[in-house]
Amino acid sequence: MFIGYFTERPYQDPNSGYFGATGRNLMDLGMSNSSYDPKLGADLYNRYLDEKIYAEEMGFDGLMLNEHHSTPFCMGGVMNLEAAILARITQRAKIVLLGNILPIWDDPLWLAEELAEIDMISRGRLVTGWVRGTGRESVAHNAAAPYNWERFQEAHDFIVDAWMRPGPFRWEGEHYHYRYVNPWARPYQEPHPPIWIPGVMSRNTVAWAARHRYPYLMLATELQPTVESFQYYDEVAEESGFTAGTEHRGYLFKVHVDETEELAEQAGRKYVQGPSNPFLEGNQGIVRPFIQNLPGLTQRNNLLPTMKSFAAAASRGRADQHLKNQQKDAPPPPPKDTYLDQTEKLSIISGTPDTVIPKVRHVLETIRPGTIFFWDGDGAMDHDDAMRSLRLMGQEVIPAVREMGKELGLKGPFEVDDVPGVNKPKEEPAKTEAEQAQIAAK
Amino acid sequence: MPDTVSYAERELALATGRIKYLEQGSGAPVVILHHSWGSPGWLPFHQRLAESHRVIAPDLPGWGGSERPAWAREPRDIAILVGRLLDGVDLDEVKLVGLGFGGYIAAELATMNPSRLSTLTLVGAAGLKPDEGEIADQMMLSHRAYIEESFRDHDTYVRFLGDEEPPEEVRELWDFSREMTARVSWKPYMFNRRLAPLLPDIKVPTLLIWGEQDAIVPLICGRQFEAGIPGAKLEVVAGAGHVVEIEEPERTADLIVGFPG
Repeated sequence: MFIGYFTERPYQDPNSGYFGATGRNLMDLGMSNSSYDPKLGADLYNRYLDEKIYAEEMGFDGLMLNEHHSTPFCMGGVMNLEAAILARITQRAKIVLLGNILPIWDDPLWLAEELAEIDMISRGRLVTGWVRGTGRESVAHNAAAPYNWERFQEAHDFIVDAWMRPGPFRWEGEHYHYRYVNPWARPYQEPHPPIWIPGVMSRNTVAWAARHRYPYLMLATELQPTVESFQYYDEVAEESGFTAGTEHRGYLFKVHVDETEELAEQAGRKYVQGPSNPFLEGNQGIVRPFIQNLPGLTQRNNLLPTMKSFAAAASRGRADQHLKNQQKDAPPPPPKDTYLDQTEKLSIISGTPDTVIPKVRHVLETIRPGTIFFWDGDGAMDHDDAMRSLRLMGQEVIPAVREMGKELGLKGPFEVDDVPGVNKPKEEPAKTEAEQAQIAAK
Repeated sequence: MPDTVSYAERELALATGRIKYLEQGSGAPVVILHHSWGSPGWLPFHQRLAESHRVIAPDLPGWGGSERPAWAREPRDIAILVGRLLDGVDLDEVKLVGLGFGGYIAAELATMNPSRLSTLTLVGAAGLKPDEGEIADQMMLSHRAYIEESFRDHDTYVRFLGDEEPPEEVRELWDFSREMTARVSWKPYMFNRRLAPLLPDIKVPTLLIWGEQDAIVPLICGRQFEAGIPGAKLEVVAGAGHVVEIEEPERTADLIVGFPG
């Protein structure tokens, strides 16, 4: 079992008006950075790095970072920089990037170089993960949304090549063009760091990950749909000629442990009291569907369905999506107690180790992941909240979960002989007799 | 729409894809290129022009019922295909009318192949970077908000499109059109720095029609086209918004008809 630690690194400004129990909802990409305080930013970046060091001391196998842009809910706009620092100041834990947003890179060679440097500085502790990103990322770095999926795939192919293929070589693709690919930095791990793909419910991405034999990590999704997505992954894996195991399954979920149940509830409620986060149930803020789902993020190559072929539109889910979008435009209904609601369905697990451990077990039994990440220290949780939880995780939760993993047969990706997420060097095609004769003559 | 309107739906099969267009009337041809949000169908503006002209209103390649040129990456690519439409239908002495984004396409076409044109009319046309202000960015607005912004005011929008949420098929049209717009004009958004340098060689008589209250393409762009195209005439329609042809159909049509080619 591979056990990792994650926080989204929110920009926590107590004086902002959008923070804490009575904080106001933020509109997605609706907020000026004029109120950004770099001194506060300095404190927070350093605090989050300190917590990562402590997480390693407490026994976590992986330190997960993520990346979003132009928003206070995640300070990881330049996640690779944090990763490079962690590479130097930590000793043992894997640095897990979930993930770099490939389509927004106009120069993926630069990304290949950065990741190789991180892998070297950490002496082979990088796990690299790649995503398509949401609308906000395409807006923030102005990457044409309709080509998002094409760019994702081409950047992926290019970076893997840049890592595996001896340079120099030339790359003339659809979106990327290089006359000289020969990065003077190669990954420490041979032939490259493991690639994991994080995501939510996109069948497209699940299938793509499975076809590449990359582990797939479901990000804080509800239990039953998560199970179904992994079943789908398994099916595609079988079609692709391999049997997926627990080492291909990762799951991120919100877990906080504390000294008393009272403290656990106080801290647990803070999950939904940080700056609004469209990906954090109960505190999504005001989501703008036209930004979330930019034109062409779901690409259509067919003709516009006319009024008469309305059923065709409905069958693709677009009509339903429209209805949902319209509903999202409506003012949100009066809030229920989202914390209690989420604890009931185990979207948030917060308590003392005694109450948390059985719930974690239920999640493991249901989903059977070989990799888990505890999402903690988020929202409005302060440093003390995070550190108390990390300490108790190290003392009680992680050892118990490791035992559970053994008992349930949940092998992590580094506990199997054939570490998943790593491409095999391409076999050269067999030489013809004429070619063999030519070589012999030389 | 009056019951008497009976336009034909036609299609031209090019090797690069099928182009669908609506047609009605006889006389000198008028070709109308629609806004970025797609063809809304046969409007009073079209009808007015069809009283004296052969009006052809295509779905731009990639929009509506015209096949998507998946390779197209910029408005100039679309303009090339519109040129092939004029060739394919064999239209001469064309009064080419471009509305908003369609005006951008029309201007690009006029710089490349004006041989079939008798006049060029740009209505609230995109294509140039405004010397002051910006072209409104639809990608940062909901469909409805963007269309509403195209009208002179909320009441006028409501008069034409109602106060209810537009029906599914209309939203689908807008959504589909926005995707194609993003494919060819994501960045730079709605202008081409290589268009202005080509304007001074346009010999086609050019009429510029701009709504005084155009909140999508600032009026200053009209003045930039006027300065760039020799002899171009700018008509500013008092009080009108971006969609002059919807708000003032007869006036707009009459300006085009009355413009000497």
